[in-house]
Amino acid sequence: MSELKLENVSRWYGNVVAVNGVSMTIGPGVTGLLGPNGAGKSTLIHMMGGFLAPSSGSVSLDGAAIWQNPNIYRSLGLVPERESAYDFLTGRQFILAMAKLHKLKDPGTAAARAIALVEMDYAADRIIGNYSKGMKQRIKMASALVHDPPVLLLDEPFNGMDPRQRLQLMDLIRRMADEGRTILFSSHILEEVERLASHIEVIVAGRHAASGDFRRIRRLMTDRPHLFLVRSGDDRRLAAAIIADGSARSVQLTDKGLQVEAVDFQRFTWLLPQVARDSGVRLWEVSPSDESLESVFSYLVGK
Amino acid sequence: MNATIAMITFRAMLGRRRALLLFALPLVLILLAVGLKVTGLADLEVSTGVLQRFGLATLLPLLALIAGTGVIGPEIDDGQIMYVLTKPIPRQVIVLTKLAVAIVLVTAFAAVPTLLAGLLMSGMTEQVAPAFTVGVLVGGIAYSAVFVALAVVSRNAVTIGLLYALVWETLLGNFAPGAKSASIQQWALSVTDVLTGATTVKSTVDLAVAVPLLVAVTAVGTLLAVVRLRSLAVASAE
Repeated sequence: MSELKLENVSRWYGNVVAVNGVSMTIGPGVTGLLGPNGAGKSTLIHMMGGFLAPSSGSVSLDGAAIWQNPNIYRSLGLVPERESAYDFLTGRQFILAMAKLHKLKDPGTAAARAIALVEMDYAADRIIGNYSKGMKQRIKMASALVHDPPVLLLDEPFNGMDPRQRLQLMDLIRRMADEGRTILFSSHILEEVERLASHIEVIVAGRHAASGDFRRIRRLMTDRPHLFLVRSGDDRRLAAAIIADGSARSVQLTDKGLQVEAVDFQRFTWLLPQVARDSGVRLWEVSPSDESLESVFSYLVGK
Repeated sequence: MNATIAMITFRAMLGRRRALLLFALPLVLILLAVGLKVTGLADLEVSTGVLQRFGLATLLPLLALIAGTGVIGPEIDDGQIMYVLTKPIPRQVIVLTKLAVAIVLVTAFAAVPTLLAGLLMSGMTEQVAPAFTVGVLVGGIAYSAVFVALAVVSRNAVTIGLLYALVWETLLGNFAPGAKSASIQQWALSVTDVLTGATTVKSTVDLAVAVPLLVAVTAVGTLLAVVRLRSLAVASAE
């Protein structure tokens, strides 16, 4: 059982702050690191993987500092986001080389085990340069697993995978977690994180926005006020009816239509058609106007 | 030294298209030597001129640049270095292995062709051929250490290395005698000068100065590469 610990970690590049005062503890099981592109997820993973020094704060694995400490790689496996492996080697040669670099007692057996784990036996003797994206992802996974590490870091592992490859990798990650490993993966896609992670850490604009199990995060995300744009036959009458009903916090009359800030997403979507019917107004268009992931995240930061 | 890293590095170096350069340059030197021999032009002055201008001053820095930056630069640029760095291997082992591979390549593609070209043109006259071979070898070790360090420190290692070899050592050396003395090429030539009786080989630097400088440059380059690799920050994808 291993534990990754970040204490008040910041990282800046010149004047740009990429990660700002993040503290989190990552224990056994699958943790999803969720955030929009450019939020600082890769910077965080690079610091956890020992490829970047924190500008301030500390990153440690079971109490040992990670930066400039090659020995932690005995218990840490890292799957980088970059696709390039040694393209001129076959999958088997690559994994065997990794096993030897780890100075494992029986590199041949370890390599065969890792390759079997990611179900790549059938292609292990082809060169990596000819692999598909999903195969490359799996062979990279095998390279990180060859020394059977208790901690696994995956940077955007599902990027560019087709749905079938995605499901296979999710299965594999779940199996790894069931064996008691500490697994962290980053993603900017909520559904991926929700399906796989029992615990979620949300990063927005370099800051730690939320932490907890996915139901709590999900609720935070759906409970926020939603903005809708409504066009109808008689905007003024509809506005009066919505205000009277109480399911919206504010209604604004604009030249594009009604801008409605709903308090309760589900109640509002359920009530709106009834309110419109009761007041004899025909609805032309109802569209959510701020459903982008960024606006969801920025709401969480505000909390 | 680490055999696995050496194996991967050799395969990467000799599999790439730029490896053709490794073969092409020494081939030109040997063809030139054969041509001069056949036409009977290869007297001692011409032989030493070819070995010095082409072998020591052109072939050696270019090959050392290709080998020295090639053993580690592309790996850092493409991110594959992560697969080596995420292993419990002391960083100095990685650097020393990379340096050793570069030196083996320089030996095979610069020192051995120099020996062959020298023997072809002048046999063992005044020990010219072995003297230049030793000069190329010690120069090659120093160049390799400098270029490996350069590749770890900068993403523009090839450009900087070319500027050093062409502008500093060759061009400036012709105008400013001071600059000429501060070059690996001259230090290597100084070693050659001592080993051969040919009067056409003249170095501007004393052996007592050249040898310590060669050793110092090699040591500093290696150390710098180790220190910088230890805190190599991999460029973030963001």
